[in-house]
Formats: sequence, C-alpha cells, structure tokens
Amino acid sequence: MLQGWVVLLVSFGYLCLLFAIAYYGDKRADEGRSLANNPYIYALSIAVYCTSWTYYGSVGRAASSGLDFLPIYLGPTLVFVLWWFVLGKIIRITKKNRITSIADFIASRYGKSTLLGGLVTIIAVVGIMPYISLQLKAVSTSFNLLLGYPEIAMPSGLGEVPIPHDTAFYVALLMAIFTILFGTRHIDASEHHEGMVVAIAFESVVKLVAFLSVGLFVTFGLYDGFGDLFTEAKALPEYGSLITLGTASTYGQWITMTLLSMAAIICLPRQFQVTAIESLDERHLNKAVWLFPLYLLIINIFVLPIALGGLLMFSGDTVDADTFVLTVPMYEQQELLTLFAFIGGLSAATGMVIVATIALSTMVCNDLVMPVLLRLTWLRLNEKGDLGGLLQAIRRGSILFILLFSYGYFRFIGESYALATVGLLSFAAAAQFAPAIVGGLLWKGGTRAGALVGLCLGFTMWIYTLLMPSLALSGWIPHSFIDAGPFGAELLKPYALFGLSEFDNLSHALFWSMLVNIGGYVGVSLATRQTALERIQAALFVDVYRRSDDDRGSGLWRGTATFSDLYALVVRFVGRDQADRAFDGYAAETGESLKKVTEADPALLNFTEKLLAGAIGAASARVMIGSVVKGEVASIDEVMEILDETSQVIEYSHRLEQKSRELQIASAELQAANERLKEVDRLKDDFLSTVSHELRTPLTSIRSFSEILFDESDLPIEERREFLTIIIKESERLTRLINQLLDLAKLEAGRGEWQISDIDPKEVIEEAIAATSSLLQENRMQLDVNLPSQLRRVRADRDRFIQVIVNLLSNAVKFCNRSNPSIQIAVRETSQALLVAVEDNGPGIPAGAEQRIFEKFEQADVTATSKPVSTGLGLPICRQIVEYFGGRIWVERNQSVGAKFVFTVPYARTSFMVPGE
Amino acid sequence: MNQRRPVSESLLALFALGVLLFNPPMLLLFGVDATLFGFPALYLYIFASWALLIALVAMIVNRRGRSPGMRPRIGRTRDG
Repeated sequence: MLQGWVVLLVSFGYLCLLFAIAYYGDKRADEGRSLANNPYIYALSIAVYCTSWTYYGSVGRAASSGLDFLPIYLGPTLVFVLWWFVLGKIIRITKKNRITSIADFIASRYGKSTLLGGLVTIIAVVGIMPYISLQLKAVSTSFNLLLGYPEIAMPSGLGEVPIPHDTAFYVALLMAIFTILFGTRHIDASEHHEGMVVAIAFESVVKLVAFLSVGLFVTFGLYDGFGDLFTEAKALPEYGSLITLGTASTYGQWITMTLLSMAAIICLPRQFQVTAIESLDERHLNKAVWLFPLYLLIINIFVLPIALGGLLMFSGDTVDADTFVLTVPMYEQQELLTLFAFIGGLSAATGMVIVATIALSTMVCNDLVMPVLLRLTWLRLNEKGDLGGLLQAIRRGSILFILLFSYGYFRFIGESYALATVGLLSFAAAAQFAPAIVGGLLWKGGTRAGALVGLCLGFTMWIYTLLMPSLALSGWIPHSFIDAGPFGAELLKPYALFGLSEFDNLSHALFWSMLVNIGGYVGVSLATRQTALERIQAALFVDVYRRSDDDRGSGLWRGTATFSDLYALVVRFVGRDQADRAFDGYAAETGESLKKVTEADPALLNFTEKLLAGAIGAASARVMIGSVVKGEVASIDEVMEILDETSQVIEYSHRLEQKSRELQIASAELQAANERLKEVDRLKDDFLSTVSHELRTPLTSIRSFSEILFDESDLPIEERREFLTIIIKESERLTRLINQLLDLAKLEAGRGEWQISDIDPKEVIEEAIAATSSLLQENRMQLDVNLPSQLRRVRADRDRFIQVIVNLLSNAVKFCNRSNPSIQIAVRETSQALLVAVEDNGPGIPAGAEQRIFEKFEQADVTATSKPVSTGLGLPICRQIVEYFGGRIWVERNQSVGAKFVFTVPYARTSFMVPGE
Repeated sequence: MNQRRPVSESLLALFALGVLLFNPPMLLLFGVDATLFGFPALYLYIFASWALLIALVAMIVNRRGRSPGMRPRIGRTRDG
C-alpha cells in the first residue's frame, strides 16, 4: 500500500488541506469572525516550537543520552512562568509600536537603528538556516525511508545524489512555493497572518496526535504498559545511563540547554512571530501560559518509551535512532500508523519552515533590503508609485533564497549531524539576541552602540566556536582547525578556547559567546551616551506597563507635513483600501476630520509612522516619514522634556491634579456657603426692618392718642373713651405681635417645646372649633364642618395642632365676605396623611401670591384696608408647625371664590405600619 | 482584595521553585537506578514536578484573571 505515489499523494493532499484551512482562516478574519482570535489556537500556534527536532530528534537524543532531551522543554516552561516580566511586556510593546519582527523590535528599542536591524537580520538568517535545513533533512529522510517500505534501509550518501534526483531539493522547492502562497498573499499593515496561525495550530494538533499514537502503540501495543516496557528495557546495556543523568559534564550540559531553550523561546524569530506579532489579544497569554507548557509535557511523555522500544527492537542494527518514530511502526508492518507518523513529522517540519521563513523574509525585506533601497537615491524609490508589489516581490524572493540556502547547508554541511545537534547550533545563534532583548526590556541604560558591539562579538564567537568547527567537520576547512587551532595556535582551538577544555562544545560556545556578548553590551552601554531617540525608545520599552495607552503626545516629530503627502506615502506601501481604513479609524478616534487637515500635526505624523512601521519596519518607516516632513525632529531639550515625564512625574502630576480638583470642590462649597450666609444676613436685615415697622405702627398710634389725652384735659368723655379703646386695641395688637414673634423665633430656632404623641384628630379639631366659637359668633359666621365620625390617629403636638386650626380659622374670619360670611372645614383621609381644609368666601388670594403669603409679614391684600387686619405672622407659624409634624400646607388653586388653605398631618406610625419598622 | 499578594511575586516564587526542581541537586537526588510505580525514578520525578509547576501557574493566572487587577485591553490592533 505504501508505494511512492500513495505517499506523495497523501503528502500533497495534506498540504492542500493545510492551505484550505489557512485560506478559510483568512476569509473568516476578513469577515470579522476571526478563528485565530482564540486562546487555544494561540497556544497551539506557539507549539510550532516543536519541530522535526522534537518529533524525530528527541527520540534520537533520548536513545543516545537519555533524559537530557528534556531541558529543551523545561526552559520554555520556566520562561512562561515568568511571562509577566518578559513575554507579556514584549507583546504589549509589539502591539503598541506595530513591530513586525524581532529585528524590528531590537532596532526600535535602540533608537530605530537601521544598522542594528540589518545586523539582527543577518544573524537570524545565518543562525536559523541550519535549523531549516534540519527540517528538510527530516522530511526527505522520512520520505526516502517510507519509499523503501517494508524494508528498513537507512538512506545514506544523500550528498552524492545529483541535485535533480535529490528529494530534499524538491522538498525545499515545494516548501518555498507553499510558504510564498501562505505568507505573502498580501502586505498587511500589521503583519497578521491569521490563516497561517490557524493552519499552524492545526498542524500542532496533528503532530501531537500522531506522536501520541506511535507512543501509545509502542507502550500499550508492543508492551504491556509503562511498567512492562521499563522492565524489559533493563536488559539494555545502556539502560542505566538513559534513566539517570550520569556525570557532572552531563549536568553542565543540562544547565546549558535549559538556558539556551529559555533564550530560544523568546529569541527565535518564529517564536517571536507567533507569540508576539501574531498575537491578536494580550489576554490569550493567560491561557497559553499554562497550555503551551502542558503541550510540551504531553508530547514528551512518550519520547523515552519510544526510544527504549526502538532500542529493544533494533538492538545491534544500524537503524538511526532519529527515525524510530517511523521505523518502529514500519517494522511492525503498521501501514496506516506509519503513514500517520510520517504526516505528523511532515506537520512538524512544515509548520516550522513556514513560520520561520515568513518571519525571516519579513526581516530581510523590512530591515535589510528596504533600508538599503530607500537610501539608494539614484533608484528614486521615494518618488515611485505603488511599492506594495515591490515589498511582496522582495519577500517572495527572500523566502526562495532562504530555503535554497538551507538546502545548501543540508546538502553540504549538515548531513553528518544528528538532528538535535543542528538544532542546538541554531538555538545558540538565537540566544545571541537575548542580552539585547532582555536587557532592553529591563534596563533603560542599554545603548545602540552597546547592542551593536554585544551582538557583533557574540555572533563572531558563535561562528568561531560552533559554525566553523561544523564546517571543519564536514571537510570544508582542514580538520586541523579543530585539533590544533588555526595556524597551529593551540590557545585558539575552537572547542577549547584559551585552554578551556572542561566543557562540552555547546556549553563552551555558550560561555564564550555570552561572555563577550553581555560584556560588550553592558560595557559599551555604560561607556557611551544615548541619543535623544534612543532615550525615548528605551523609556517607552522599559516602562511600557506604566504608560497610558495614549502616548501620541510623546511624538517627537516637530516639523510639519501635508496630509496628502502622508496619505500618498501610506498608499504606496499598504494600498489604498488599507490606508483609507486606517486613516478613517484615526479620524473616528480623534474626532477630527482629516479631509480638512492640510498640515499634519505631530500626533498624526506619529500615527502614520507606526502605520508604516507595520508594513516596512520601524527604521525604514522613520526614514520614509523623514523624507516628507519639512523641518527638524525635536530638539534635545524638547526630548528631555518628554523623557522627564517618567512614570513618577506622571503619577505626581496625577496626584496634583487630584488635589487641585479637591481644592476646587472645597472652594466651590465654601463659596456656596458664603452666598447662603449673605442671603440669610439680608433676610435678617429685612426681617428686622419689617418687625420694627410693624411694631412702630401700633406704638405710634398708642403714643399719639396718649399725648392727646395728656395734653387736652378738656376732651369730652366720649372722645376719651374712644381714644382709650384705640389705645387698648393697639396694645393688644402689639402684645399679640410680640407673642407671635417670640413664638416664631422659637419655632425657627427649633427651641419650641413639642410634645409629639399619637392623638385623635377629630377631638382636636372639635376643640379648636370650640375655642374659636366666640369669635365666630361675634362675626355671625356660618360654619360648615365636614368631619368623618372615625379618623385614624395622627402623630402631632396637640396644642400646636389646635394653634394651626385656630390661626387658619381666625384668618378666614378676617377675610370673609362681610355680608354673608361662611367658612367650611373639611377633613379627609388620604393614603398618606390626614388632610384638613379651611375655606372662606372672601376675596381670595391673588394669583402668584400663593407662596408669598407664607412668608413673614406678607399679606395677600394689603391694599384692601388701610390698616392691616393681621400681624402677617399667622401663616408662617402654621407652616412651621405643619412642616415640623412632617406635613405640608398650601393654598388650593382654582378657587373661583374665597381662599382654601389645606394642610396634611401624617398618621401615627402604629396605625398603619408594621411595628418595629 | 487589596491584601492579595501581587501576581508577579507569586510568579517569581514559582520560577525559583522551577529552577530548584529542574536542576542538579534535586535531579541528583532522584537520579538513581530505581523504579517507582514501574517508572524510572528520575523520569517520574521530572514529569510529576513539571505537571505540578504547570498546575500552579494555571492556578495563579486564573485567580488573577478573576481579580480586577488588570484592565481589559483592546484586543485587535489590526487595521485591515
């Protein structure tokens, strides 16, 4: 069944399926129903970390050196524990600054340095090529193995096959085409490849399930579970060394690999791509932070069992342990499982190749080729039209270039190595970025020069201690380079530099390269000064958590540009549609209409720079914006001003703002209180003048009549009596006035004596009527009382209640129609309170005076009689009392004749409420 | 609520635990030719402590996810 064409067909079919998934993922993203925007997809896409190296190589390594395949997965677990300090920060920065690659990230951090971006790109391409070649090797080896089915023949001497007959060559070409179709379908302003992410997540599932299937088959199919397998394996001569960790040097290597993998999970371009650049939502990290390590754990459970199973199966044979995942099911003639295992390996390889080449091609395009092209003035690139096509062509070209070079590495150098060794070579290269990245995240002092020197030294040391020896081992440089050192200089032996021979090659290389890298970075950073732009970027990166989202204000473009220039610039790189959408979004966010903007302000310049950075990288974007901006970047002083707004200052100013807001509120309150005091003071003055006027009127008449009586001794007796009557009446009036004044003052001051209790209103009203009966009779009043026989009890002061009714009645008597005086009292129960109405048939209250008559000394109808008929204090007293009871008093409107005063008194609580309420 | 330890502290402590668990002194302790429940001791030890570390991280992150410590962020920055 497993003929060549079947394998080919299935492989093609699988790749087509992947492409379909990616296409569907992109389509969903365009429709706004993103599949990739999901923490599980995100976590699975990070599992692109597990490549052929994991899939085939781990078993190979486990078969030769036991458990030391594990640090490669324990390191990332440790980094993910610390996600908040490193990964979370990187993701936030990447999003804010529209970083497009790891080169872009480092270049941005150190002042948007084009040079640094280029250097990182070169290191990444050279360093990752062996890793890609590893995948090509794995695919072509596994394919060739499968072709021999059911014979297990190790493919050998692949280097001698002419290139047109070399499977790996076609694998490389196919993957290049596939990646080009996958990753460069359009230039996106934010470098998201949602379709690709979904496809990678799918591949992660396939490789996991395939690997677990083989593992389960070995453990439970061939053996009777783990216990049985491990018991059987004790027969192996190497068993003891596989399940323990042996010597001190193994432990040294263990630590080295842990450190390398910790660096790799952050610094490998493809990991940076999936973790930071493709991240659609920071919160996905919350799940990925434990899902991804869990994935690593699960995929590693069966590594040792498969290795042991393979060793038991092929003991003495020449089967390469790197192929156990495939050869064990082959040996057992499990056709389907074999094919599935192959597809799993293909998944692992294609996933890595696709993401790595997309990441590298973005870097080559944005950080290597474009900056050079943009600087070549004779190309006049600045004036050319649509550059989106050019960008795409560069990326496609670089994908092809990277894969063909990787193929070259595989064919001419890498073939003699085990998978894991090649992978570690790449890890060591990627680790060179770690000081610049981690240092740049945590330490503001790192300078561009420091990063440049550190990277250069580290990379050189990597070439010298790892890459060149690998060339020597492959016969491209004389082998004496390793044995005797270059030109016989013993001290410079690449595997034992300066006589340091105690370490394994990898630890040795890591020690020296990190020594010069970190040493160069820190030393030179301390010795050099940062430019303004570097300081700004350093602050933006290190304090990214502390800064508000809106950091447009920290833009350092001071010059101006016309909006049409900016627009044209963006259109050339990202196309009209995307440019329109982006600027529309900006306009909607800021609320300014860009159509009216002719001169772009610094905020808009900043926005445009970030937009462009998303397509061509920070360094190039800066150059491009610089080409259309007239004027200078911010002066040093201005930059310092911006910089000094460190978080403390911002926080301090926040606190100041808060304080001043509180002060404002307090002073507003003070002002209001002052206004009220003034008002009260004015009222008091008014009151005093009114009172003195009211008191003087009766006093004046008393005094003048007394004087007449005193002076004129011969007045007739009748006149005397008349005058004396006036004097008595005025004295009474004066007494009443003073009493009421005192009463009102007491009420207003709250010093009145109250005896609030539950009383029967019927009885009180009858008593009040009785008290005024003489007054009523005197004026021949007709009184209608409408009093229900049963009334709920009310809560009030008995005497004050009577006082209110008496006041109202006497008021009514005074204003009644003289010819036919009549007063009505109506008492009614409402749901909330008892309602008492006193109505007369006098002239009534003029419209608009309904409120005023309850004020002190206000009388509704002063003009009606020359002499006031009342003191003007009765109603204010009534109001004070009623309001004290919790009721209300008012004048009923819509009265055609007379005035109707109504007041309410609340019921006693016990009569209608639940006790204890 | 306010008395809750910052997540970053817990994570740092976990990291230290991980470094301890996955490095020589502890590995040497279990790196003996013995079997536990049918598994080689070191193999079982590494996977068990690994699983423990993952579970602890998941626990801390989940707890943090429920607390209002972190502002929700705008998810997508995509313009296209």
